[in-house]
Amino acid sequence: MTQTAAPRTQRPGISIEAATQRRARMAEEMRQSKLIRRLITPEGAAIRLKLATAGERAGAFLIDVAIQWVIVIATLFGLTFLIGALTPGSANIAFAFWLVFFFFVRNFYYIFFEIGQRAATPGKRALGLRVAARDGGRLTANSVLARNFIREIEVGLPFQFAMMGGDGANGWMALLGLVWSGVFLLFPIFNKDKMRVGDLIAGTWVIRSPKTKLMHDITSAAKSPDASSRFNFTTAQADAYGIHELHVLEDVLRQSTPEIKHQVAERIRAKIGWTKQTGETDLAFLEAYYGALRRRLEQRMLLGERKADKFDVR
Amino acid sequence: MSGDLLKSYRFREERQGDWQKLDVILTRAENGGVKRLSDEDMLALPRLYRQAVSSLSVARSISLDQNVIAYLESLCTRAYFFVYGARTTVGERMMTFLRRDWPAAVRGAVWPTLLSALFFFGGWGLAFFLCLQDMDWYWTFHGQNFLEGRNPDATVEYLRSTIYTDGHGDGQLTAFSSFLFNNNAQIALFAFALGFAFGIPTAWLLVYNGVMIGSMYAVFWDKGLGYEFTGWLMIHGVTELFAIVLAGAAGFIIGGAVAFPGGQTRLASARAAGQKAATIAMGCVVMLIIAALLEGFGRQLINSDIVRYMIAAGTGVLWMLYFYMPRRERRP
Repeated sequence: MTQTAAPRTQRPGISIEAATQRRARMAEEMRQSKLIRRLITPEGAAIRLKLATAGERAGAFLIDVAIQWVIVIATLFGLTFLIGALTPGSANIAFAFWLVFFFFVRNFYYIFFEIGQRAATPGKRALGLRVAARDGGRLTANSVLARNFIREIEVGLPFQFAMMGGDGANGWMALLGLVWSGVFLLFPIFNKDKMRVGDLIAGTWVIRSPKTKLMHDITSAAKSPDASSRFNFTTAQADAYGIHELHVLEDVLRQSTPEIKHQVAERIRAKIGWTKQTGETDLAFLEAYYGALRRRLEQRMLLGERKADKFDVR
Repeated sequence: MSGDLLKSYRFREERQGDWQKLDVILTRAENGGVKRLSDEDMLALPRLYRQAVSSLSVARSISLDQNVIAYLESLCTRAYFFVYGARTTVGERMMTFLRRDWPAAVRGAVWPTLLSALFFFGGWGLAFFLCLQDMDWYWTFHGQNFLEGRNPDATVEYLRSTIYTDGHGDGQLTAFSSFLFNNNAQIALFAFALGFAFGIPTAWLLVYNGVMIGSMYAVFWDKGLGYEFTGWLMIHGVTELFAIVLAGAAGFIIGGAVAFPGGQTRLASARAAGQKAATIAMGCVVMLIIAALLEGFGRQLINSDIVRYMIAAGTGVLWMLYFYMPRRERRP
């Protein structure tokens, strides 16, 4: 579907801006498709997994760290409140338990959530991410342990070196350590699978797995008998656009404001030479045209012709 | 009128009921676990899953409705991970870990364990003998950390008093031992994680910790308290030091796999080693919890050297049996 090379030479009928836009769009599609991994299920069907970007991973991590801090600070507050009511001896024991609790929050927060059915911490869940085994198999508890114990050198180590600071020889040592450990921290940016060191050791990666809602089919709305007689598009009119424009039109119909719908309807009318009839609403026109365009493109697709966009002259 | 409908729309119309049924089952399973599913759901699941997967491949070739395709992609991904995901509960996983995985992982890592012990006790012995010859070494190793006055300048009486407790202020010592647990467990996890850098930092960490203990040992030995100090240290030390050595071994497993992948690719070798090593590292945390309990309670309640030695020997024997006793392979 994505064309590997954007057209270098300017074709007749394509303005320079349009060609530049198209090239940018295709470059973006290329970039996105580099994050897609095909997983063949045992049934032989292909599922496309989209890897999480380093930015999404960092965002999820920041949310998780914030949650951890909230837990730690809240329990510490509760503890200081409690200690006032306790004898010094039992206060010490309470503090001892809190220290152990702190250790578990620090090291087992991620493990606790990733070992569960969703294989995602609250931060990952919020961004629609989850952990998966790289070979498509089962995500084992050992993998979850491995990837999270390694976190200690990816985050803990640079942090410790940064805190070390100091001056003279110590400062240089700290800087050297920071650079060395920074390699671990920035590891996900420099490999094509966006793995951090923990993923590498555990044989996992982090993928996007957002929940999508099934919405109504737009063509079902356009099927009133009145509409189908009113809008009769010729084949030439239905050939004016390609798949990219169809998808843009779908987005417009599903989630844009009436003004935008009006503008889009006007542009399409101008492009295909459609004269607005009396009593014709923009929405009805767009839905009808969407139906006609999709029918035409799907027919051609069955014959093996994918018309990628309006510049795709086949 | 139906002849006028799009093929892709009719396709979707006929199947969307099943897709949504699958969606409901998955949502229920994700929210409440497998237990929330009824028998009917469990029976319907494989059929619905296969249907969704085949719908997806058909939809990709006949439909241009991007919402339908995105929906099916996400539905199939979720269903795939559920159908082929682990179905065991946390309790079952813990049981297999304790009964099989952990001892098997330790048993399979005899050479890294010996290497790790060599570094740790090498550092210990080095510091011990250096300090016995010239106590100034102690200050070189420890700098300005005074370790509650357990240094060469302390009197024999004071050092003896640190070994035994008179039963007062034990709450404080409990807090101190949980602080030590935090510290040790963090070091253990560090030793594991640092293995990734070819095991070199792990070796350094082991030697460093060996030196710390060895030099302190020399202080007590020098004052003629060697026997008593050994009891004080070993009542929990057998468990704790074993855990540190095993954590080092876990680090070396990873380091070895990354540095010398052998016939495998580096990635595959790291992955195989990571699974084994992570099991050992997890076990170290368990051992350190036990060590902290022995330290926090056992050491303060028991002031008799003989009993301390007996507990030390007992824990040592138990760990050895647990890890290295040959056991029958149970095939599931």
